[in-house]
Amino acid sequence: MAERGGRGSGHGSLDKSITLPPDEIFRNLENAKRFAIDIGGSLTKLAYYSTVQHKVARVRSFDHSGKDIDNEPLYEISVQEEITARLHFIKFENTYIETCLDFIKDHLVNTETKVIKATGGGAYKFKDLIEKKLGLKVDKEDVMTCLIKGCNFVLRNIPHEVFAYQKDSDTEFRFQTNHPNIFPYLLVNIGSGVSIVKVETEDKFEWIGGSSIGGGTFWGLGALLTKTKKFDELLQLASKGQHTNVDMLVKDVYGGAYQTLGLSGNLIASSFGKSTTADKEFSKEDMAKSLLHMISNDIGQLACLYAKLHNLDKIYFGGFFIRGHPVTMRTITYSINFFSKGEVQALFLRHEGYLGAIGAFLKGAEQDNPNQYSWGENYAGSSGLMSTSPDVYPMQRTRSGTFDMLEMDRLERPLVNLPLLKDPSTYIPDTVDLTDDAMARKYWLTCFEEALDGVAKRAAASQPDSVDAQERAEKFRQKYWNKLQTLRQQPFAYGTLTVRSLLDTREHCLNEFSFPDPYSKVKQKENGIALKCFQSVIESLDSLGWEERQFALVKGLLAGNVFDWGAKAVSDVLESEPQFGFEEAKSKLQERPWLEDSYSQWLERLKEGPPHKCALIFADNSGIDIILGVFPFVRELLSRGTEVILACNSGPALNDVTYSESLIVTERIAAMDPVIHSALRDEKLLLVQTGSSSPCLDLSRLDQGLAVLVRERQTDLVVIEGMGRAIHTNYYAVLRCESLKLAVIKNSWLADRLGGKIFSVIFKYEVP
Amino acid sequence: MKLIVPKQHSFPWFGMDIGGTLVKLVYFEPKDITAEEEQEEVENLKSIRKYLTSNTAYGKTGIRDVHLELKNLTMCGRKGNLHFIRFPSCAMHRFIQMGSEKNFSSLHTTLCATGGGAYKFEEDFRTMADLQLYKLDELDCLIQGLLYVDSVGFNGQPECYYFENPTDPEQCQKKPYCLDNPYPMLLVNIGSGVSILAVYSKDNYKRVTGSSLGGGTFLGLCCLLTGCETFEEALEMAAKGDSTNVDKLVKDIYGGDYERFGLQGSAVASSFGHMMSKEKRDSISKEDLARATLVTITNNIGSIARMCALNENIDKVVFVGNFLRINMISMKVLAYAMDYWSKGQLKALFLEHEDKDHLHCLQALIPSSLFFSLCISLRAATGRGVDDEQDKLPTPFLLRAQQAIFVTQNKNMMH
Repeated sequence: MAERGGRGSGHGSLDKSITLPPDEIFRNLENAKRFAIDIGGSLTKLAYYSTVQHKVARVRSFDHSGKDIDNEPLYEISVQEEITARLHFIKFENTYIETCLDFIKDHLVNTETKVIKATGGGAYKFKDLIEKKLGLKVDKEDVMTCLIKGCNFVLRNIPHEVFAYQKDSDTEFRFQTNHPNIFPYLLVNIGSGVSIVKVETEDKFEWIGGSSIGGGTFWGLGALLTKTKKFDELLQLASKGQHTNVDMLVKDVYGGAYQTLGLSGNLIASSFGKSTTADKEFSKEDMAKSLLHMISNDIGQLACLYAKLHNLDKIYFGGFFIRGHPVTMRTITYSINFFSKGEVQALFLRHEGYLGAIGAFLKGAEQDNPNQYSWGENYAGSSGLMSTSPDVYPMQRTRSGTFDMLEMDRLERPLVNLPLLKDPSTYIPDTVDLTDDAMARKYWLTCFEEALDGVAKRAAASQPDSVDAQERAEKFRQKYWNKLQTLRQQPFAYGTLTVRSLLDTREHCLNEFSFPDPYSKVKQKENGIALKCFQSVIESLDSLGWEERQFALVKGLLAGNVFDWGAKAVSDVLESEPQFGFEEAKSKLQERPWLEDSYSQWLERLKEGPPHKCALIFADNSGIDIILGVFPFVRELLSRGTEVILACNSGPALNDVTYSESLIVTERIAAMDPVIHSALRDEKLLLVQTGSSSPCLDLSRLDQGLAVLVRERQTDLVVIEGMGRAIHTNYYAVLRCESLKLAVIKNSWLADRLGGKIFSVIFKYEVP
Repeated sequence: MKLIVPKQHSFPWFGMDIGGTLVKLVYFEPKDITAEEEQEEVENLKSIRKYLTSNTAYGKTGIRDVHLELKNLTMCGRKGNLHFIRFPSCAMHRFIQMGSEKNFSSLHTTLCATGGGAYKFEEDFRTMADLQLYKLDELDCLIQGLLYVDSVGFNGQPECYYFENPTDPEQCQKKPYCLDNPYPMLLVNIGSGVSILAVYSKDNYKRVTGSSLGGGTFLGLCCLLTGCETFEEALEMAAKGDSTNVDKLVKDIYGGDYERFGLQGSAVASSFGHMMSKEKRDSISKEDLARATLVTITNNIGSIARMCALNENIDKVVFVGNFLRINMISMKVLAYAMDYWSKGQLKALFLEHEDKDHLHCLQALIPSSLFFSLCISLRAATGRGVDDEQDKLPTPFLLRAQQAIFVTQNKNMMH
């Protein structure tokens, strides 16, 4: 970590003593282009676009014609280099600006960039320095335009960007579901003054008002009253003060509440109303607190008046006055609740500090059309939400004082809502909010910690030919361990903490250290083994009567689901008993009635109802699961005249089957099975990718192609299998069509929590 | 609100407005006491009368504003003098103590009171001095008082006025405003804090909102920032100061107008914004600080009032209250702000009692809220209900009262 060094005490004494760790900040500078910089009163935010070369695992089918396939792997795995786009945002104190510019200059190799977009109040001041150091022309962009562009971008692309602040509840940060339609909203930016902007569309926004009583008033007036120089210190004073010593309350005037008007006695009747005397001393803390209340209440009141006038109920607050300070978020929230009588919610943004830089960057990158892509927050490369309040987490002071980062990956394809979601605006993928549930959080964090050594070992083992695999695996272990420790301290760092976010973070960290697919070999082997059993499984199913067969198919789906390297209990079994077979798995399953059991209704539906038009199936694991569990089920549906869309992950995650693997597997099954063969040929069986690389499933961020197909084929059944997709996520998802959610609970803690035992079965058939 | 009408109009006649900062007391001293009455007059009543009328200062903090005294008034058939006494609200307990010592309760008098203190000290009056207060709601008093003074006018002129060309300092001129059709109006009462009322008729009004940034905030901050002690002192300092040394203007940030948002370079971007810099803090004058405080508070009130007017769809905004007493700076700032930001759609109205002509006679004016409460208190004291249209104070009394004020004020101006 960089040293803070001496803080600039006067003009021009910029700090040069820090040494920047190039691996950790200003990453991928070699390919950087399209720079943008937002220089505020105390912080600089730099943005650039870069291409990242990283390893991806590819599978390629061998040509098996006329060969003995028994002793050969099913397909070839190769690790290739792929280039993807990534946005980098770095935030640092203005003191470091010169050092940072030098650093950038030294590391910027092959860029064609000629200009740097600049915004923020400090852009003027540092214009010459930037031009001199970087040799780039500074191109100024309007502050507000940038802010709003940035705001739209994060609202659209970052799940859990928005949160409400609740001081007195267990979870201070209550993250909001991204609403499919982000407009209209009110942005209240509290910098030195206050700007209130109404945003109606991507390009249409209007300054509808403002106030001169803002952060500068708190700082300036606070400094005069308390002789305290720094903004942070003023906030710290305020958090210790008693405003009632300085403010005149309603009860000071009325003796109690002003009942005819329903005004509570504790309401402030007159800010600083008690200091109208020369012969009394007031404490710094009390004055700072009173000032904070005065300003926050005033801003809240004006914001509510503007929201009411323009009929808006979403107000996002930003600016240095807010920037992650629990104290001000609390007073602003209180004020909004009070003045709107609870009708309007004060909302805050996780990446509020970056809005200007993001916006300036987008202005400069318009020709790349960044808005036509979907972007995803890279948990590995992003610092996450840090509380900057000195009191709350003292250990972070050093961190917030140095560098904070946000990285966003450009996703291959645009992501959209599943058209079958009943209400996209209220859909929450995750079943348990670990930010909210301290017990569950503790369990899962420990669980991921305990599994970490194994994951690192597996990662290293997956690349036996690489000389630095051990070293990279250790780096991965270290990075993910640190993330887990951060999350223990601040569960809200990346939005709502969930099992999904923990899994996704691990995937991002693995990718970061070039372990694109640690399970590739395992999956390859399992797919090979399972394919060999396919025909005998089909034969035995075909020998059953209709009703028996339906049950056997469901049991097969569930048994296949037992094979999951993601769950620790199963990976133990798999590692110690490699021959653990399909039949054995079935015998492990809970007997009916299952923990959640609507199988009878499902059977009834199959018996009595017409065949479904089209089923969308989200597959889970490679090997036995997809080949012996899912495919026989697919085959049965096809035989009933139901079309099937089989959706697999675009990128690898654990031992989940990827889209490219599914293509090969399907091809091989088609060669053995005429039903699958003709369905493929007639486009009754369609293979698609989900757009995701997560072991869980977010139905609000799916590949656009999938969504189009679902609509075209009039999908009327959705099947979701596996713990990650059907229990950790989507357990409560409500769809507009019939759905099946099935999984085996392979975690005793979770089973216990749901009131069952390990290997309990969830079979949830829902009809809208 | 229907008042309980006191059965008898026995002396002494008192009216009180117990505010957050000051207690304003009016006392009617009968001058036509007959010998018979004199004889019947109980000893302590006599001593109260003597004590109040023969002194101009009571204890450490009580002051009788002799220049405000209204002589030879006729009230409810009695002739007498009206005295104005004020003391800080913090001395209230001493006052009640005195009432107890002087055995006030034996006088069968009715003590009429308005302001928050009427509620706060009601219990103390009862337990400490065995006195029952007749409480009058201050907002009722305010509205009734406003309508009343407007109905009687100010020396033949309308009570209400506005500023023509408020955005042009050269052309800005005070103009009378006819408030014949007052409704709906937004009434902004600026005392220690701010209350904003939407008034739809004489007895149909609602409190729209309020703000804790009011006169008390101005004075409180000024005391802390400049060490001043009184409102008058603070205003005097403000009159000499320049707020642009303290506030950051749009042009200080953008070098000129912020055209994207149509903001003038001269608009205040951040109140006290320059004070973020230590160098500027070290060199700033008290006068500049007082001025900036005044402008900040005033602009904020204007801004909230404007938004309320828009939300309530009302285009007349009447500003009243102690804060505007002898405070021409604030009135002009309000007039400017309302006109500029509403593009001329909203009108800021003021009352003669907060006239700029009074600027030099700092002690001369009865603050309007006191004036209103006086009207109401006297009415209550004389046993008339406030919601009874027929029972207004006798006009001659009021006119005379106003003339008295006018004369006093002119006298003061000659100093």
